[in-house]
Amino acid sequence: MFPLIVAHIFVLIIVASVAFHFWSPWWWTPVASNWGGMDDTILLTFWVTGAVFIAVCLFMAYCIWRYRYQKDRKAEYKPEDKKLEFHLTWLTTLGVIVMLAPGLVVWHKYVTVPEDALNVEVVAYQWGWKYRLPGEDDILGKTEIKFISDENPFGLNLKDPNGKDDILVDSGDLHLQIDKPVKFLLRSIDVLHNFYVPQFRGKMDMVPGHVTYYWLTPIRTGDFEVLCAEFCGVGHYAMRGRVIVDDEKNYNQWLAQQITFEKMLAQNKIDNKSLKLVKNIE
Amino acid sequence: MSDEFEHKIETKADTIADAGSVTSGSTAGIDYVPAHERPDQELYHSHSWWTTYVFSQDAKYIGIQYALTAIGTGLIGLVLSWMMRLQLAFPGLGILEPSSYYQFITMHGMIMVIYLLTALFLGGFGNLLIPLMCGARDMAFPYVNMISYWAFLLAVIILLASFFVPGGPTGAGWTLYPPQAITSGTPGSSAGIVLMLISLCVFVAGFTMGGLNYIITMLQSRARGMTLMRLPLTCWGIFTATVLALLAFPALLVGCIMMTLDSLLGTSFFMPAMISMGEHLSYDGGSPLLFQHLFWFFGHPEVYIIALPAFGIISDLISVHARKNIFGYRMMVWAIVGIGALSFFVWAHHMYVSGMTPWFGYFFATTTLIIAVPTAIKVYNWVLTLWRGNIQLTLPMLFSLAFIVTFVNGGLTGIFLGNVTVDVPLSDTYFVVAHFHMVMGIAPILVVFGAIYHWFPLITGRMLNEGMGRIHFWITFLGSYAIYFPMHYQGFVGVPRRYFEIYDSPYIATSTLHLNVFITIAALIVGAAQLVFLFNLIYSARAGEKSEKNPWKANSLEWLTPEMPPGHGNFGKELPVVYRWAYDFNVPGADKDYIPQTVPPSEVRSAKVEKT
Ligand code: HEM
Ligand SMILES: [Cu+2]
Ligand SMILES: [Cu+2]
Repeated sequence: MFPLIVAHIFVLIIVASVAFHFWSPWWWTPVASNWGGMDDTILLTFWVTGAVFIAVCLFMAYCIWRYRYQKDRKAEYKPEDKKLEFHLTWLTTLGVIVMLAPGLVVWHKYVTVPEDALNVEVVAYQWGWKYRLPGEDDILGKTEIKFISDENPFGLNLKDPNGKDDILVDSGDLHLQIDKPVKFLLRSIDVLHNFYVPQFRGKMDMVPGHVTYYWLTPIRTGDFEVLCAEFCGVGHYAMRGRVIVDDEKNYNQWLAQQITFEKMLAQNKIDNKSLKLVKNIE
Repeated sequence: MSDEFEHKIETKADTIADAGSVTSGSTAGIDYVPAHERPDQELYHSHSWWTTYVFSQDAKYIGIQYALTAIGTGLIGLVLSWMMRLQLAFPGLGILEPSSYYQFITMHGMIMVIYLLTALFLGGFGNLLIPLMCGARDMAFPYVNMISYWAFLLAVIILLASFFVPGGPTGAGWTLYPPQAITSGTPGSSAGIVLMLISLCVFVAGFTMGGLNYIITMLQSRARGMTLMRLPLTCWGIFTATVLALLAFPALLVGCIMMTLDSLLGTSFFMPAMISMGEHLSYDGGSPLLFQHLFWFFGHPEVYIIALPAFGIISDLISVHARKNIFGYRMMVWAIVGIGALSFFVWAHHMYVSGMTPWFGYFFATTTLIIAVPTAIKVYNWVLTLWRGNIQLTLPMLFSLAFIVTFVNGGLTGIFLGNVTVDVPLSDTYFVVAHFHMVMGIAPILVVFGAIYHWFPLITGRMLNEGMGRIHFWITFLGSYAIYFPMHYQGFVGVPRRYFEIYDSPYIATSTLHLNVFITIAALIVGAAQLVFLFNLIYSARAGEKSEKNPWKANSLEWLTPEMPPGHGNFGKELPVVYRWAYDFNVPGADKDYIPQTVPPSEVRSAKVEKT
């Protein structure tokens, strides 16, 4: 009796897991970037691994019941079965290849940035986000952490002429234009952070002293939340931001309202206003 | 040097003489075993209460000291997890501050991985089982072995002391990534982190003493006839894990030392120029990524340092309680060794989105998925051992079955995270938390329980209570599945890990928070069930049913000692002589359903043994 119950409970675990998968309300948000391929790879992995999980567990449940202890049963004595082991090995290898190959193809796309992508710099600090876009010259000026000051919160190199027209978004939301590829250049001025918008799928840590990157193309307009996805101190959970994907008209309108580095420098000098460099969370 | 050499020659000569005399005897050479290669170990005999019960040099006793210390520390880790879960489910109650939440996840994670599981599997089960299973009187270096335990205890005390220093324990996450670990935005960034780093260094030093002992004992002190390919898989698991640990821990050690210097002396091994709390710090030129490489060069093998002993133990439990030889023993050994070797080539799969060059992704995704193959083979061999067996649903067997379900689940989600593209959306979300708890939290813990139910009679001479054991089993198994299975789906939604509070977020349905409440309730119930287990341990040790000798009818040497529990020196006057592997169950032609390793072929002439 007990073996039968145990076998049933194991079957029930499988049934419940599958049911949970299909009927639970929790699933990923609709994708808002070109990285639908990541979702597809997850699904592929899901089917392959799900099948293995179900097969192994059901087989186990079957054994529990079918080979339950009986005093006069003789277990089989067969230390090895080379043929079976061989078949299982190549079958597993095949399954692994089926999952890995498409994954690597998508990864290749992820790390190969299209030529025409717009460079957008994201600067992370404890605990918030700032953004910098290239000005008319399409080139971002050079930066260094040691140049950062109240007057120059992005740490732009004053000697680099390319930086003068850079557009700075010191507080506020980042806007992106739909269907235009962007390359995020990720920078941190203090500790590790990670620029993550769940609907975009992409992710990359920001490392002080390095510029890391990833790229994407937004495919639908809307208002998205930015989360920090690498632990960065007590304010980590509150390090949120906003990205808004606009159509061309709204995007250009927004862009026109932003100030350039030159203007900011002038302003900061005139008002002698000290912009608070590091904002603590309230 | 030359002494040893001569000694070897001598024993060689002995062997030949021995073999000659046996052939002429009635057993016609079928009972042949090589002669001793070295004289019997001279044991240290304790004379006072202190050296018997406190500063013991007996590996069995040291194992129990290790196990009790580890379990005690683990209970602290468990209580911390309750507080964290309560905070996540009921953020309105204000149970924790953000800083204490981060301190708790850090201490919880580090305690569970290092001070509970590593110490328990290697220090606990390693000490208890290696000499017994190999047929040795004790570890090769009992004195060093004793020091190893006291170093471990010291490491635990230093770790726990950090709760009481100004600023509290470190809240840097168990990965201790700089720069945040030692800068002021993180709790415990001055005294707390330094104590953590020192504690780890002491742990590594203590472990190295123990680890050298385990390896040398297994290589040098095996009984006559105990070839490597006759060792129980438990020994193989612990052996390979120890080799991994001896190679991996140095990376952690240098990482810890360098970070301590960065913190105390202001060096810049890992610290780039940066700003903290509105001020430029004096660091410059260090590399945070270097620490991550060092950490994971240790951290990934660490997963297997926990997993391999668990694999070994579970193989033995399944075989004994299914009354069947382990399926594909040689394949199992090679899989353990292969996994161990490969585990040094996959570390950067924890760093796909760390900002290291993305071109590494191809290499590490490939190696990571290759490791899935030997791992899968192990799983197949466990279920194939059940197949056509004669399965006794004892508590160790129930825990083994639960282990298989949990491990397969957690192993398969590892394939998600190892496949670099899939890792991008899932990394640093609750999918990861669910994955590693399944595979390196719950699964090994289930093995620990199975092993305790299995070997408890060996330690105390009494059986654990079956009724309480079953309650403990079902709640722990089903409860922890209920905690972690749904958690993967929070990860799909995109809920990030290490979040003190999630808030309402436009993309996170409120129902995700209800799920958090469910998970927390499950966690509390599972935690409560552990009290049943603790009670069972204490109760059964005093008043449990007396166990007969070799209660599970196993073949391996630990059950074949003259007394149970085994006495000082383990095997009485004569060391055992081994004639076969540990898995001769239900051999055709044999009268009983098991043939212990010490039974010579001449006594079971009718048994048609295939592998010996
Ligand atoms: C049922 C028992 C357990 C519960 C309820 C539990 C709960 C938790 C929670 C709530 C977190 C923090 C998640 C976050 O905010 O990101 C966590 C983290 C963690 N847990 Fe557990 N845990 C349990 C058992 C274990 C075990 C047995 C291990 C052993 C490997 C373990 C290892 C870890 C690790 C390594 C972390 C990561 C810490 C970090 O993010 O730095 N846990 N656990
Ligand atoms: Cu963060
Ligand atoms: Cu790993």
